[in-house]
Amino acid sequence: MSIEPVEITPADAPGVPLLEVRDLHVEFHTREGAAHAVNGVSYTVDAGETLAVLGESGSGKSVTAQTIMGILDMPPGRITGGEILFRGQDMLKMSEAQRRKIRGNQIAMIFQDALSSLNPVLSVGFQLGEMFRVHRGASRKEAKAKAIELMDRVRIPAAKERVNDYPHQFSGGMRQRIMIAMALALEPDVIIADEPTTALDVTVQAQVMDLLAELQREHNMGLILITHDLGVVADVADKIAVMYAGRIVENAPVHELYKRPAHPYAKGLLESIPRLDLKGQELYAISGLPPSLTAVPSGCAFNPRCPLATDQCRTEVPPLVQVTEQDGTPITGRSSACHLWKETIHG
Amino acid sequence: MPEAPDTTATTKAGDVSKTPEGVLVAEAGPPPGKASSLWSDAWRDLRRKPKFVIPAIIILFLLFVAAFPSVFTSETPRLGDLTQHYLQKPELTHFFQPDWFGYDQQGRSIYARVVYGTRASVIIGISVTALVLVTGGIIGMLAGYFGGWIDAVLSRITDTFMGIPFMLGAMVVLVSFNARTEWVVILALAFLGWTTVARVMRGSVITIKQADYVQAARSLGAGTGRILLRHILPNAAAPVIVVAMVALGGYITAEATLSYLGIGLSDPAISWGGDINSARDQIRVAEHILIFPSIALSVTILSFLMLGDAVRDALDPKLR
Amino acid sequence: MADLGKSAGDREPILEVRNLVKHFPLTQGILFKKQIGAVKAVDDISFSLYRGETLGIVGESGCGKSTVAKLLMNLETPTSGEIFYKGEDISKLSGRALKAVRRNIQMVFQDPYTSLNPRMTVGDIIGEPFEIHPDVAPKGDRRRKVQELLEVVGLNPEYINRYAHQFSGGQRQRIGIARGLALNPEIIVCDEPVSALDVSVQAQVINLMDKLQKEFELSYLFIAHDLSIVRHISDRVGVMYLGKMAEIGSDTEIYDHPTHPYTQALLSAVPQADPEGRESRERIILTGDVPSPANPPSGCRFRTRCWKAQDRCAEEVPLLAVPERFRDSGGGAAHDSACHFAEEKDVVGAS
Repeated sequence: MSIEPVEITPADAPGVPLLEVRDLHVEFHTREGAAHAVNGVSYTVDAGETLAVLGESGSGKSVTAQTIMGILDMPPGRITGGEILFRGQDMLKMSEAQRRKIRGNQIAMIFQDALSSLNPVLSVGFQLGEMFRVHRGASRKEAKAKAIELMDRVRIPAAKERVNDYPHQFSGGMRQRIMIAMALALEPDVIIADEPTTALDVTVQAQVMDLLAELQREHNMGLILITHDLGVVADVADKIAVMYAGRIVENAPVHELYKRPAHPYAKGLLESIPRLDLKGQELYAISGLPPSLTAVPSGCAFNPRCPLATDQCRTEVPPLVQVTEQDGTPITGRSSACHLWKETIHG
Repeated sequence: MPEAPDTTATTKAGDVSKTPEGVLVAEAGPPPGKASSLWSDAWRDLRRKPKFVIPAIIILFLLFVAAFPSVFTSETPRLGDLTQHYLQKPELTHFFQPDWFGYDQQGRSIYARVVYGTRASVIIGISVTALVLVTGGIIGMLAGYFGGWIDAVLSRITDTFMGIPFMLGAMVVLVSFNARTEWVVILALAFLGWTTVARVMRGSVITIKQADYVQAARSLGAGTGRILLRHILPNAAAPVIVVAMVALGGYITAEATLSYLGIGLSDPAISWGGDINSARDQIRVAEHILIFPSIALSVTILSFLMLGDAVRDALDPKLR
Repeated sequence: MADLGKSAGDREPILEVRNLVKHFPLTQGILFKKQIGAVKAVDDISFSLYRGETLGIVGESGCGKSTVAKLLMNLETPTSGEIFYKGEDISKLSGRALKAVRRNIQMVFQDPYTSLNPRMTVGDIIGEPFEIHPDVAPKGDRRRKVQELLEVVGLNPEYINRYAHQFSGGQRQRIGIARGLALNPEIIVCDEPVSALDVSVQAQVINLMDKLQKEFELSYLFIAHDLSIVRHISDRVGVMYLGKMAEIGSDTEIYDHPTHPYTQALLSAVPQADPEGRESRERIILTGDVPSPANPPSGCRFRTRCWKAQDRCAEEVPLLAVPERFRDSGGGAAHDSACHFAEEKDVVGAS
């Protein structure tokens, strides 16, 4: 077991993103055949930046995160292509030992369900301290002191008294704080948060998101926020990747996406949010259902539900292309996988 | 998907209402495949699995033997001819002949006795299981559904019976009978065996009675009978059936063990366990008296256990 | 719909809840049960529901909103209080009389995966109400009725022999709605009917419910935690906190002129799906968690998390009434609010 602190050679050359996913492909074997859960996904996140990955269930947003963390169930899952670059080094080509040093140390994850992610028979203090004992070789006493310090940092009241309590003795919001403390323990560079507040009430959600944003600022971490909640995204994201049926269909900075989406799916999602001035009228609704991953429609996966779909959309998979202004100047950080992105964004 | 995405329902519904066009958009696309109940899904799953098919064929064969033993041998199993056949060795090439498996120390055809012994094992196994399912099922369902003092009373009774060691209890009960027919053995085993089913049923009913669809039925005004029979029983049955199928092999073992000890079926009933018992003294000189009923017994028990296991896998994929 | 809400004052309510209380006893011991306390899930709640209107009930987990739904459906018996349906107290009915009332009050459940019996076909599920109330539809007519209902909720009538597990979440919720409609009820209690659905499907189901309300003149009690959906569909909104009604009023009164600090905090905590001005938006971040309903704070239930709390809040339970200072103003703030220090605060002004 590795005891000494791990130093990954910093490759902080300009232009190398902190974490980059490049053309990732993940398949699942099911009774109905291979399900392409992730189909050529690429995104990057830099220090201090928040990337929101927006998508519905089955869009592949969580599978991508699980692949980065190396917690994908294999089988039935299988990585069939692509790279995951941490500071320019491909994690998929590393030895298991090297990878393990990065995960946990440099990349940490927060899950939706804090209760099932914590071991019910161990005290939270023990579980928090364990990180230091395993990764840093801290003694039992040091580990406990560290645990208390962490609980203070995520603002759990009376941390000293509660360090020996068990997970079930904490409320949902407090448990999610403990999960955050655990993710922060080794001061990672990147945090992946998979629906961190979905199980929480709104007033508690606000507390937790606030805390997460503050800690991110403090430690200049990259944050990948995986969610389906357009409100949460609007509140905290810097840039957004919209996923649908295993692909990224649109990339955009947060203000751009909400102002003028360039993919009909993103546009439909935004329009279906109830608006004050449209009360009493029908909501805009995207027709149809998200596709099953074993039977993704040919061409653009969104075409059966798209109001703009043409024959081209039914046969040809649209590539992710740079989005430009009407006069042809490219818009930074924007791309769309739609044959008709011009019509969608400009009118 | 074979059929075109379905939008006809939308337009038809639109006729009824006066909503603007295209607003009520049905979630188009029929669900794939045909109507399939969870039972038929399980059946489709099972029928492709050798683990199910092989024991199922063996059990069907055993049932047939039990029902029509005379089809398989013309010999009477109780007729012994000591002068001609005393401990005669088997003739393994004489298929389906009385001397196929040899003769025992009373000159009776072992083959015929194995054939006729099937009946006792199969009937006792299946009847005990059926009785246990009915009594344990009802007691468990009542305790689980009504709760309160009914549950308290029924659960204490169940606990009491569960405290009795199964085999020891069966011996004590059976010794007090002089003529132990099949029915006596069946009732004795069922009397002691229903507790597991009752417990599993109670647990499964308690979970299911809180399900939203039970609440939904209640809010429609459904009575207790309808809720129990249409909503709770079909959903609670699966784990109970699995437990009962696995237990079936155990009941056959119990019968054989009791008969071996001499307190199971009494003469003139023919039981593999009894025959194994009578082979005891001759084992050095005539091992065939022991071997053939033993094989029959093992194959039967194994088949039922395998079947129960396969059914469990199909009904509850989570247990895999 | 909005105009119906306005005139609500001068009409007879179709459903009226008065001082409803539900305490779940906490007991100890197996044989000789001793009550050691009670979870005060619903503690003295009153409200009315008018024909054709939607009353939204919002609140966080543990506030008692689902228990209210169960009490209205007679799935739980109230500890005290009355539920009047057209002037008749239905909370004490049983047997035949209860069954007759049930026809008129139906429910749509939250989770479309657990609210449909997996061993029954769609036809059996939607047809069950007719079997329980055989006088609604003659036997030979039932299959046609079921197919009609499937069409009404936007599903292909040919699916009548399919099983529920063959459908997606949104389609299952449509089946649940069809079952609720079968007996031609007047009131439908919806307990979080879209929160388990995918975002892109939620709008479809909301539109369907809206359409059905107009078509059949239904009254909805719409329980949800998603404030923007509640605002979209409701004529009036009640805000619950720890078993009590904190504030109730028309949708504009609650959303634009909230006077109870909890409502204000709740509204400000909801993330707006609009990144513009997110840095400048004022947000009230509450401290701490919701206290346990088994041991609620004295006086005002919200005082432990309230920034305005004073000694009076610990001693005196605030009544749900129009606050005195707004009584004559006639403005949006003149609605029922259970706070000693009720005052207006524009929390969603940014949008």
